[in-house]
Amino acid sequence: MNHFRSTLTNDENDASTPAKILSQQGEGTQDGAHFLAKRVLILFAHPRFEKSRVNRALLSTLPVSDALTLHDLYELYPDYNIDVEAEKQLLLTHDILIWHHPFYMYSAPAILKQWLDLVLEYGWAHGTGGDFLKDKTAFNVITTGGTRETYRSDGFNRFTIREFLCPFEQTARLCKMTYLPPFAVQGTYRLTDGELSRHAADYGFLLQHLSAGAYSREEMGQFAFLNDWLAARQRTQTP
Amino acid sequence: MTEGFLFQALIYLTAAIVCVPIAKRLGMGSVLGYLLAGIVIGPYALGFIGREGQDIMHFAEFGVVMMLFLIGLELEPSHFWGMRHRILGMGSAQIIVTSLVLCAGMMLLNFNWKTALASSLALAMSSTAIVLQSMKEKGLGDTEAGKSSFAVLLFQDIAVIPILALLPLLAVSTGHGTGAQSKAILEGLPGWLQTAAVLGAGGSVVLAGRFVIVPFLRIVARTHLRELLTAAALLIVIATAFLMQLVGLSPALGAFLAGVVLANSEFRHELESDIEPFKGLLLGLFFIAVGASINFKLLVDSPLQIISLVFAVIAVKTIVLIGTGKLFKITFDQNLIFALGLSQVGEFAFVLFGFMHQLHILPDHLTDIMMAVTAFSMTITPPLLFINERFILPRFGTLEAELKEADVIDVQHPVIIAGFGDFGSTIGRFLRANGIAATILDNDSDRVDLLRKMGFKVFYGDAARPDILKSAGADTARVLITAVADPSTNCDLVEKIQKHYPHLTIMVRTKDRQDAYEMLDMGVKDVYRESLDTSIRLGVDVLVKLGYRRYSATRAGQNFLKYDEAALLKLAPHRHDEKSYIYNAREQITLQEQLLANDRAVNPTINDHAWESDLRKDQQGEG
Repeated sequence: MNHFRSTLTNDENDASTPAKILSQQGEGTQDGAHFLAKRVLILFAHPRFEKSRVNRALLSTLPVSDALTLHDLYELYPDYNIDVEAEKQLLLTHDILIWHHPFYMYSAPAILKQWLDLVLEYGWAHGTGGDFLKDKTAFNVITTGGTRETYRSDGFNRFTIREFLCPFEQTARLCKMTYLPPFAVQGTYRLTDGELSRHAADYGFLLQHLSAGAYSREEMGQFAFLNDWLAARQRTQTP
Repeated sequence: MTEGFLFQALIYLTAAIVCVPIAKRLGMGSVLGYLLAGIVIGPYALGFIGREGQDIMHFAEFGVVMMLFLIGLELEPSHFWGMRHRILGMGSAQIIVTSLVLCAGMMLLNFNWKTALASSLALAMSSTAIVLQSMKEKGLGDTEAGKSSFAVLLFQDIAVIPILALLPLLAVSTGHGTGAQSKAILEGLPGWLQTAAVLGAGGSVVLAGRFVIVPFLRIVARTHLRELLTAAALLIVIATAFLMQLVGLSPALGAFLAGVVLANSEFRHELESDIEPFKGLLLGLFFIAVGASINFKLLVDSPLQIISLVFAVIAVKTIVLIGTGKLFKITFDQNLIFALGLSQVGEFAFVLFGFMHQLHILPDHLTDIMMAVTAFSMTITPPLLFINERFILPRFGTLEAELKEADVIDVQHPVIIAGFGDFGSTIGRFLRANGIAATILDNDSDRVDLLRKMGFKVFYGDAARPDILKSAGADTARVLITAVADPSTNCDLVEKIQKHYPHLTIMVRTKDRQDAYEMLDMGVKDVYRESLDTSIRLGVDVLVKLGYRRYSATRAGQNFLKYDEAALLKLAPHRHDEKSYIYNAREQITLQEQLLANDRAVNPTINDHAWESDLRKDQQGEG
């Protein structure tokens, strides 16, 4: 049990929401011309974002683009009272859906489950007449304390990340979406600043590729993690 | 000088509209503005009005009656009952001691004892109009000083009755035939019957309030004619006043009683908003008339006599009041406000001196002098309070700001809270629990002392004063919270902040929807209606007690809150569409009707499709 001091200094306060980070970056560089192919929605869920070194780093290098929307669920719905209609409208205007969250107790923080339960309505997202998300793409971006090696049948956590994410995969399938492998930043407690900024840069690249439409879902599906797909791609591109 | 009604109205209104804003701008309150306006148009300056000023004063005194009616309306009977010790104790101490001291002083000056006693009783009276109006404007109504002042004034109102009864006994000439015109009906009746009549009149006001007036108002309300309700409200006040005068009681006291009786009725707000403008205008007129009635000729003829009399009376009254305050354990600041506030001779004295003159207790010459002393002392009160507030209290009382030790660097707080009553203090405690320090502005010296002992950084004074805001660190703060209970104070403050500190984020407490609209109109974005969340929380608990699951009820509450806030923003720009946009109870009711209709149409989702879709059950059978 961690008992964090609940005091925020002013400086931390200013960077306490991803939206603020995004808008701070947004000044100046607004060239989204070649990003228009796909629209990406990041559904970000972190109950203690201000304390998360890793997630703050990940969100600090987001490309600035009209085609990218960062949606900070805990900031928008501190009372868990999700505005279903607004969320549905948002989904309709995006092609790629990212559930970005820390991996708490082998799953997502509570608000993301609340979001799934409320927004993905029967008759809209799935079931009879539930075709509104059809052919969209979805995947998870997660941060875990354990390293990749601990998530194996013979490892400490006994199951793979992909196995733990089964509910998300099947939910995506239920809603007729294509589910991609996760992008994961693991072993977060031991990440050096250098490693962390490389991960953050990778996340940025990934989002750029996605919004540019420069990817094949079949190819991606062959990797265990999108991190690996990205690495393979960078190897082939650099001579 | 009588060029007709229109000319007179023109003079009075122009004088008020020119002088009052100037006085307010100088920070001296509207009372002084009206008094100055009266002096300017009076017989000794511009000379627009002459002796008829006296008549107008008697007419305008009715403003005081209305004022007490309104005060009564705001005072629930139980609350009134709770004040009885203060009223009896402080009130009697003040009148008896003041009268005795003044009487002794006058006898030393070779007045005969009858004249001395009668005049000192009249001089012991204070001005309800000036004191309550000033206290209200300064937002001091709820402080120790405000409450004590009110108690003393109320006792004086009651004391007028026995004094009026006593005066004929002091009359020099035995046949006081024309004397008590107000008591005509009771004249010649035996004493027990007079007492019975007085008690009967009081009782009939209480009974009529309960069983006649409210049903009568319901009938009037059903006509849906706004002016008829106004007429009914005026009728109540005038009828009460008339009845009281008939049996020789103070009309103001009767109106107060009627107000208290009606405080619990559903027409309370309606009556308030109907009488309020009349009261305001009449009081203004009354102050103007007092200003105009000041006899400057007398002052020029015998300046030393008048001035020394005025100051002697004020000094005696102040000292006795300070003693009374000490006896009742009022703290230094509050006591000084209380004592100086009540130090003038009040409007009742005009009536009493007039009566004494008729009874030949007071000779002509002395009556003029006494009247002049009364008017002067009333005029001096607002400047006296101003001097006290700005120069005396900051030096000798609770300091506006705490003295800092020289080597301690003053930490600038990001938040300023204006008003630290229940509402503000909850915010302050919450912020402090989260490690955010707030600077507090408050104008209740007792509270300021307490808070300083608890280690809060507190500034004492009127939050809307630029110098106080500056020293509280408005330059460097980020958020200013106005948590004062009185909407008009909040309004003033917001105006000042927007003008001088545009960088500050203003977050306001508002009383109700109407008040919230006004703040939105002023461009404030963060508006918090003080009872909204609490009401909804209670509503949620009602649903729970009726068997709803707590989470469903909570969600319904959350949705309702969201919906209501959205409706507030949506309706705000449209509310002026209707013709009657003046603040009044009727508009509130119309608004409520609109809201209720909308609520039914929207029906916030307690039975939405979340989690368990009825649609799915229909299609797939119970799952």
